[in-house]
Amino acid sequence: MKSTLSTETSGLDTSGPPPGQNGAHPIAVDIRGVSKEFGHGASHTVALQDTSLQVREREFVCLVGASGCGKTTLLNLIAGLDRPSSGTIETGDRRVALMFQESTLFPWLTLEQNVELALKLRGVDKATRKARTEELLELVRLGGRGKKRPHELSGGMRQRGALARVLGQDADIALMDEPFGALDAMTRDSMHDELERIRAEVELTVVFVTHNVREAVRLSDRTILMESGPGRVKSQHTIDLSRPRHMEDPQVAEQAGALTAELKDEVRRHVR
Amino acid sequence: MSADTAAPTTERSPGPPAKIVRAGERQQSLASRIWAGTWPKLLAVFLAIAIWQVTVWAAWKPEYLLPSPATVFQDLADLAQTQDFWRAINTTMQRAAVGFAFSLVFGTLLGIAVSQSRILRSGVGSMITGLQTMPSIVWFPFAILIFGLFNPFAIMFVIVLGAAPSIANGVISGIDEVPPPLLRAGHMLGARGINRYRYVVLPAALPSYLAGLKQGWAFAWRSLMAGELIVQLSGEVTLGGSLNDAQVTGQADDLLAFMIVILIIGMVVDGIFSAITNRVRTRRGLTGFTG
Repeated sequence: MKSTLSTETSGLDTSGPPPGQNGAHPIAVDIRGVSKEFGHGASHTVALQDTSLQVREREFVCLVGASGCGKTTLLNLIAGLDRPSSGTIETGDRRVALMFQESTLFPWLTLEQNVELALKLRGVDKATRKARTEELLELVRLGGRGKKRPHELSGGMRQRGALARVLGQDADIALMDEPFGALDAMTRDSMHDELERIRAEVELTVVFVTHNVREAVRLSDRTILMESGPGRVKSQHTIDLSRPRHMEDPQVAEQAGALTAELKDEVRRHVR
Repeated sequence: MSADTAAPTTERSPGPPAKIVRAGERQQSLASRIWAGTWPKLLAVFLAIAIWQVTVWAAWKPEYLLPSPATVFQDLADLAQTQDFWRAINTTMQRAAVGFAFSLVFGTLLGIAVSQSRILRSGVGSMITGLQTMPSIVWFPFAILIFGLFNPFAIMFVIVLGAAPSIANGVISGIDEVPPPLLRAGHMLGARGINRYRYVVLPAALPSYLAGLKQGWAFAWRSLMAGELIVQLSGEVTLGGSLNDAQVTGQADDLLAFMIVILIIGMVVDGIFSAITNRVRTRRGLTGFTG
């Protein structure tokens, strides 16, 4: 794999210990016996049932499953946007940021004002804010585009901007809800490289939701397959392929194939 | 990326001419765009005056009742030389500004209050819409009874009742229609409590609020004209009052001249609101498809 290294990711540090379940890092997200129910009577649904999951610091965990498996629900619960019906979610005093499929950059602000707002709302003083905003935009390769408004940027650039805003929150945990789901394949691939490059520079625990198994294998240290009706964790898979990885790598394809087969079984069972 | 200067130097010679052509095209397109926006308006004005002129030529009514456009515009030019003309505009516009300012404060506060309280919403919300559909002139008998025929408060009262509901509705629908993803994003950024309004809700609600202000202005202007026609203060020169005087004294040319002034003022202020609204919408990428 090392020989096929592309130039843009050559700066990546792959020599360090892989952040995984080796116990080296403390647990950042501790989910214990969490259930979430919506509605009453006929519209009553169990979105998530008795789900337990631990994510360690610096770990990259992907949640994969068919729609309706409660992966977005779980993300919202971790984010604190919603409360579990039962069970507990602990993130300690870590800062949590959330990134969505559609860019939620505020349309009334320029790109740099959007990033700066994240800094402002956590009380960073004005002089530091300016410099830090520029740094962050450079980091996501949007240097010089700070004066643009979100609608003037392409979908990929908007998501980079959203990523810069997440980093501006100085988050310890980034929750990503299909952040590249609306992008074309080529832009998405380059976003994968960017995300990996940035993670080499910034300490970040990531919980990443996707329905694309290959994307999960490409990115994660650990992939969690979820089943639907009611949503719960089906199985967990440590992905110990060396980095950098690519979507086209045969090893990635092979692992993704195995996981897809397992998911298909589950979907078939559920449909029947 | 910016350190790479080799490529631009090799392409220097074909560079500048292309730039000039592009700049020229842009200027041309701006001029033609202005023209494209202007000529339909000019044509409409021309057609309106033509119809008016033809009606005069047809001798449907005698000239002293229906003067020709030329007579009226000449009269308007003469009026513009008099002090009373400008005093009338001044008084009326001051009153419009004060009335609109009151409506703005009252309507905005009312809108925020209703959008925040479930009880107020179910109680007052539908009443606001009801008030909006009610012709504000209906309020004048009551206002005159309460404040007296010679009290300018009667006019203010009716302006606020006419304009505030539109402004309040603009606030309410603006706040109601903030996209939930933006609210969630703001929450995650830490924009909570008052900051939620300052950084997310109010900026997001701005286009709808501006639309409410624009509609509010239209109602305020109508109420004010109705008020000035009905409520006559002694010694005061106003646009509505001048219109009334012209009718009472049978000065048809003055009457039409003042109508034109009232029309133009209404359109100019409306145009200012439209320009602000369009600017905000363009900056947010809410325009673009105009076909």
